[in-house]
Amino acid sequence: MITKTVSNVEEACHGVKDSMTFMLGGFGLSGIAENCIAQLVKLGVKDVTCISNNAGVDDFGLGLLLQKKQIRKMISSYVGENAEFERQMLSGELEVELIPQGTLAQRCQAAQSGIPAFYTPAGYGTEVAEGKESREFNGKMHIMEHAFKADFAFIKAWKGDTAGNLIFKGTARNFNPNMCGAAKITVAEVEELVPAGELDPNQIHVPGIFVQRIFQGERYEKRIENLTVRKRD
Amino acid sequence: MALTKNQIAQRIAKEVKDGYYVNLGIGIPTLVANFVREDIDVEFQSENGVLGMGPFPFEGEEDPDVINAGKQTITALPGASFFDSATSFAMIRGQHVDLTILGAMEVAQNGDIANWKIPGKMVKGMGGAMDLVASAENIIVAMMHTNKAGASKMLSKCSLPLTGVNCVKKVVTNLAVLAIENNSFKLLERAPGVSVQEIQAATEGDLIVEGEIPEMTF
Repeated sequence: MITKTVSNVEEACHGVKDSMTFMLGGFGLSGIAENCIAQLVKLGVKDVTCISNNAGVDDFGLGLLLQKKQIRKMISSYVGENAEFERQMLSGELEVELIPQGTLAQRCQAAQSGIPAFYTPAGYGTEVAEGKESREFNGKMHIMEHAFKADFAFIKAWKGDTAGNLIFKGTARNFNPNMCGAAKITVAEVEELVPAGELDPNQIHVPGIFVQRIFQGERYEKRIENLTVRKRD
Repeated sequence: MALTKNQIAQRIAKEVKDGYYVNLGIGIPTLVANFVREDIDVEFQSENGVLGMGPFPFEGEEDPDVINAGKQTITALPGASFFDSATSFAMIRGQHVDLTILGAMEVAQNGDIANWKIPGKMVKGMGGAMDLVASAENIIVAMMHTNKAGASKMLSKCSLPLTGVNCVKKVVTNLAVLAIENNSFKLLERAPGVSVQEIQAATEGDLIVEGEIPEMTF
């Protein structure tokens, strides 16, 4: 059996350098690789490009990297809820490429699957389509989008095993499975790491072949961005 | 009287039919779920990866791993499923979702919509809106007819950066229900007590009024 375990976050992030491109799973603050993000802050890597649906909030998630001005470029679909992000974007310190959410997911999946480019109707006729090849299929216009190229993917899963197999929980799944195997090195941090054989193969969401390094993360904060509840009658 | 946001949502809820899978955008569209008839079966999709979205959790039962696209804590109903983002947009782009309800800053008489960017002022991003409007067959826009300064948001041409082109079929505002047909807004219904003249005055784009226009019912 091939083992993917590394002993800690330091080992998991080994090889991370300035100017690299990272993919980071998560939707809002749900399903983000908290341990790896903290390590990237600690390592102080600079001028990085981050492919991530959102940019965290001011003091959590990717907001931590933004605070330290480690990010040169963000590729995201939605970046509200972050004042520092807005400040850096408007001042020109931070380059931002906003793209449709489904296109973001598909560009990850294309990279994972060895598909160099694809056509989608999303963004046709808008500024997203500027400079892109367009083509009609079945009477409807589409634009060509390319697979991402990234150096590291940082994934957060619920459970994983030593073979790198992953299981996600709830909507913390989001972009994580699409980013596995979409970068040169995929690092997965999990809440619970078990020996290979303990997870039911029928329940695996991402097979271990897409993961190069796996470790059990510590002290998950799992911050809630927008707490909404109803009263009991 | 012009409708409240809740009344706009209530009117749109009448468009939700038995057996529909529905995607609700942030804002007024989210309120639609509160008004859907209880005797029909509808499943709500949230593009961050849940189908069969339920109400907010009871206090103390919230789960940071179960949220909607507005990052609000939610619950999952019996029969719900969770999935990754690529699968979620396969549902949307593949036209498996029956009805999309979203908000807008501007709509044009040719069906163009703008709702993601005000240059120099607000740039939060399009999220899933561009994928939704480019693919959905059945899109209803929920919005106010005019902005706070009284300027029309029903235009001959959008002034803001577009989210999608020729895609909106129906608009429900605080004043009216409008269909987009033949490069015009066709007036279908009036808000109770709102006259055709008032709607005409609040609509910058071409408005077609044919025969008697009934008042909305809820």
